[in-house]
Amino acid sequence: MSGLRRLRMTRGRLIASAVVVALIAAVVGWAAWPDRDSWTTHDQMIAMLTGPDRNQAVSIDTRLYLPDDRSGKVPAVLLAHGFGGTKESLDTDAKKLVQRGYAVLTYTAQGFGHSGGQIHLDSPDYEVRDAEGLLDWLAARPEIQTDAPGDPRVAVVGGSYGGALALLLAAQDHRVDAIVPSITWNDLGHAFLQQSADTSATGVFKKGWAGIFFGNAGAVPAGQSTATSGIDPACGRFAPDVCAAYFSLATAGHPDQKTLDLLHRSSPAPVLDQIKAPTLLIQGEVDSLFPLSEADANARGIAATGTPVRVAWFTGGHDGGVGPKTDQDRVQFLTAQWLDHYLKGEGTAPASSFTYSRVAGFSAEDRGLVTNGYSVKAYPGLGGTETTRLDLTGPAQPIANPPNGNPAALSSLPGADARLSTLLAGTVNDIPGQHATFESPPVRSAVEVAGAPTLQLRAASPTGEATLFVKLYDVDQTGAETLTAGLIAPVRLTGLPSLIDQARPVRVTLPGIVREIAPGHRVRVVVATTDQAFLSPTQPATYTVALGPQLTLPTLVGTPIANPEAIWWYVLAAVLVALAIGLLVVLVLRRRRLRRRDRPAEPEFAETPLVVRDLRKAYADGFVAVEDISFTVERGQVVGLLGPNGAGKTTTLRVLMGLTMPTEGEALVFGHRLVPGSPILSRVGALVEGPGFLPHLTGLDNLKAYWTATGRPLEDAHFDEALEIAGLGDSVHRKTRKYSHGMRQRLAIAQAMLGLPELLVLDEPTDGLDPPQIAEMRRVLRRYATGGRAVLVSSHLLAEVEQTCTHAVVVNKGRIVASGPVDDIVGESPSVQLEVSDVPAAERILIRLGVRSVTHDGNSGLIVDMNGTPRAELVATLVREGVDVDRVVPRRRLEDAFLALVGDNSVGSGDR
Amino acid sequence: MTAMGYRPSATLPLWAEVRRQASRRRTQLALGFMAALPLIVLIAFELGGNRTDDDPNDVGPFGSLNDLATSGGLNFALFCLAVSAGFLLVVVVALFFGDTVASEAGWGSLRYLLAVPVPRARLLGVKLVVAGGYSLVALLLLTGVGLLAGTLRYGWHPLGSMVSSQIPEASGLVRVLAVAAYLAVSLLVVAGLAFLASVLTDAPLGAVGGAVMVWILSSILDQINSLGDVRDVLPSHYGNAWIGLLSTPAQIDDLAKGAITSILYATLFWGLAFWRFTKKDITS
Repeated sequence: MSGLRRLRMTRGRLIASAVVVALIAAVVGWAAWPDRDSWTTHDQMIAMLTGPDRNQAVSIDTRLYLPDDRSGKVPAVLLAHGFGGTKESLDTDAKKLVQRGYAVLTYTAQGFGHSGGQIHLDSPDYEVRDAEGLLDWLAARPEIQTDAPGDPRVAVVGGSYGGALALLLAAQDHRVDAIVPSITWNDLGHAFLQQSADTSATGVFKKGWAGIFFGNAGAVPAGQSTATSGIDPACGRFAPDVCAAYFSLATAGHPDQKTLDLLHRSSPAPVLDQIKAPTLLIQGEVDSLFPLSEADANARGIAATGTPVRVAWFTGGHDGGVGPKTDQDRVQFLTAQWLDHYLKGEGTAPASSFTYSRVAGFSAEDRGLVTNGYSVKAYPGLGGTETTRLDLTGPAQPIANPPNGNPAALSSLPGADARLSTLLAGTVNDIPGQHATFESPPVRSAVEVAGAPTLQLRAASPTGEATLFVKLYDVDQTGAETLTAGLIAPVRLTGLPSLIDQARPVRVTLPGIVREIAPGHRVRVVVATTDQAFLSPTQPATYTVALGPQLTLPTLVGTPIANPEAIWWYVLAAVLVALAIGLLVVLVLRRRRLRRRDRPAEPEFAETPLVVRDLRKAYADGFVAVEDISFTVERGQVVGLLGPNGAGKTTTLRVLMGLTMPTEGEALVFGHRLVPGSPILSRVGALVEGPGFLPHLTGLDNLKAYWTATGRPLEDAHFDEALEIAGLGDSVHRKTRKYSHGMRQRLAIAQAMLGLPELLVLDEPTDGLDPPQIAEMRRVLRRYATGGRAVLVSSHLLAEVEQTCTHAVVVNKGRIVASGPVDDIVGESPSVQLEVSDVPAAERILIRLGVRSVTHDGNSGLIVDMNGTPRAELVATLVREGVDVDRVVPRRRLEDAFLALVGDNSVGSGDR
Repeated sequence: MTAMGYRPSATLPLWAEVRRQASRRRTQLALGFMAALPLIVLIAFELGGNRTDDDPNDVGPFGSLNDLATSGGLNFALFCLAVSAGFLLVVVVALFFGDTVASEAGWGSLRYLLAVPVPRARLLGVKLVVAGGYSLVALLLLTGVGLLAGTLRYGWHPLGSMVSSQIPEASGLVRVLAVAAYLAVSLLVVAGLAFLASVLTDAPLGAVGGAVMVWILSSILDQINSLGDVRDVLPSHYGNAWIGLLSTPAQIDDLAKGAITSILYATLFWGLAFWRFTKKDITS
């Protein structure tokens, strides 16, 4: 029975552990399991004819992604890569789109990767014509939905180089049904020869970015070397005309007309009015290559003909990368919404609202940027919906252009793939002597800038020309300045007077930014002569610059886009409410259970201090500490629990204190069944397994701390009596950690007696006490039991129990071997111990006398159960028969019992 | 019928437990150290002088916090919190929660409390509340002394933060207190771990050390990027989310997630502790 029970217990635990392990494995597995691909890909080199006369063969490296679960034909998305990329770099984007049910065609533009041909910079005759060929190819595929024979249902999506291709293709081929161009240009000439002033003079060459682009495409196709491929090392895979244009630009910074024409042809600007496909323009706020003004020009040009256009800005771009997660999610959502409506016809027409984001701070988690999204009803352009004017103060200042433009100020790090946070943390610097400073007073309330600030600049130059860089800093109260997104306005002015008084103001439009200028901040405008990202004149010169009195800041007050992360606050609230309810339920259930426990289980024992019935305790490892323990302690009794070390005494007492749960059986205290924490234990005082005191408190404080823990009134404690019993004198004011073993023991007995409990349970109370104290303790305990109280004492010393107790329970190996009143047990036993001269003779005589049993006890000893024969008669008979009797010792029952079991095995039955 | 004046709900009054712990040297030392730390930091700054350290590697929030620490009382208090958040507060909270039951078991006084009888759930409840109270006092001492000492020495100035603008004094104070409050919530995980360990073992040091070690393990795992999303459920994953409170406007999304993880973990650990303690045999 016990074995079965243990087995079941173990099996239950096993099952529980198995369930837990399985659950954990399931959760981890579910999180880590790779998604099954729900699409198939087909790679193919598509041969086609390209060039103005369609007579140059070129093979384009393509990959078609087809969703597996398509029913019928599906619309297609043509994905075009950025400069220097290949079809591989679009893999992630393609997978996202194919999962939305689109067939996706990615390809490597000619001049890159494994495709043939040369780089013509999105030329309408080459790259755009190739894309037209891809549309033909798509229309011929059986899986692709078509609007008419040869006209596939298709959108073109791409960033930068791919974005311009989307615009140019949509203008050239009206089979395109929608386009999503991002971070791309309007006019390549304007982008690389940036001019921020209202003047017709050519802009300033953006040498940093141009060099990176040119260098990127100098690479030879994979698996070939410059020596074997026959590629011109100077031009890489650039077409000769593009290469020549770059040389013309980069050498002098002043392009010839041929170069300007080439850049113009590679730009969407001249053909925007031919775009009929609905256009979603996405532009980056951290982009010194193609700033917000490029998308603004595209948007205005396309919208002029009535084509639906939507604009969105995100915190990223050629300098800033893909941006924070929230921005990526927003851009993805907008793209999907655009395609779903214009390709699949799903959903209502996307609103024309304009969304943008503003840097809010660092993410604590990955130290990336955190942005807040905002939305306004319609795209306001770069002028904002309203403007704020700030006064700029500062005299006309002379600034020097160093020879060869070196050293140069630093504002951005083109192509460095710099982390957004470092860009914003301010790696910028200005060179002394090369910049003029103009400053506004602190702003009174926050200015929410969104758009391109403008100002009036006057400049004088001895050479008649000046290349200047205008920057707008946000300056906080400590003087720390921040250049938003590292964006600056390059200005090249010609026909300047040599004296500042004669200079006419020219309007300068700074790059579009999104920034909140906090209250108390100033705005600082710096006009510098150099910048590392741009080409400055090689000739040294000293200009004089002055600014108009006011700076115009376009502002925009957007509605914050609800942050999906805000859901977590509701989750948090729900968790808290759930926990509060759970706690309440637990408390109510517990209170109810406690109330039930308060009634006596067996009222007939309500006046019996202790009834132990069939107590059994088996530990988890199978060790049975006590078994079949039954005894009763009545009022007025001092009961001794006697047994050798390890007999199970302490286990029994631990059960009585509610510290250990019995495996079977029960203990009733005044009729209440004992369970851990039974309130009835308040009528029991205990010393179990030695004292337990707070070592840093004095003896008295320990008693007080204990009594405080009972929550009972102080006057019920009877400290004086307890302290008298402890007999510690002044030592009660010493810390208990300095006490001797005996002192601690006495204090523990005193603690057990606090409140004069009706049942006192003491485990080995005389342990560590000296003989006079032991004698005193005996008296105390006997006196204690008078007046209706009861005492249960455990001991391994026979004399102890014999002299202290009225009743005794003898246990060995976890079982009771004898019990009853001490007088009964200790009283005359029917047996006697004899020492005789002739053992065999004595044995014969005794058996003749009719005794019950004779047992040998050593060489000359006999233990005789006399069966009612008087001792005197026994001795007389032996002597009469000639057997000498050396000793006659009457035996007592308790001794019989105890010595028998201790003699049997003095080691005891193990550690209990 | 129970003994005269005995009510289970009146046993081990909160105040009794507060005094039990208050008389202990470790409580006094821990709280004393929390009060002394800002002063030690202050002295260190004073001895170090106004050296402007242009260490180019010194980027990121902590670098800035260090630079800003002497710019005012708010920043000084924030610095004290920031340097303590990673380890010191963890140890102190683990100490208060891990030591409370295990030390009673170690002294042998636990069995006498249970024989009073203090109901087991009540004993744990009172211990939990008092340990929480002392942890909170420790955190408040650190913040309060930091604010006071910093303000007396460096003045009452706006809170300088890493990104964008300064935060005016009044809302800066709210931010600093919010940082302290979030730290309190995020340390619930440590509190839960240490309390559970305290119930499971009779060795106070084992309970405190065990909780701190689990926390460190979690922090190490959190550094391993290849674990990916699994890291989101690590107890220490959102430990630094309070930095979001320093930007304008405050970034509080991670705070919610961090609070949810912390509260769920603490509930789990505390629940296990109660479940185990009310069922187990007391062997101390």
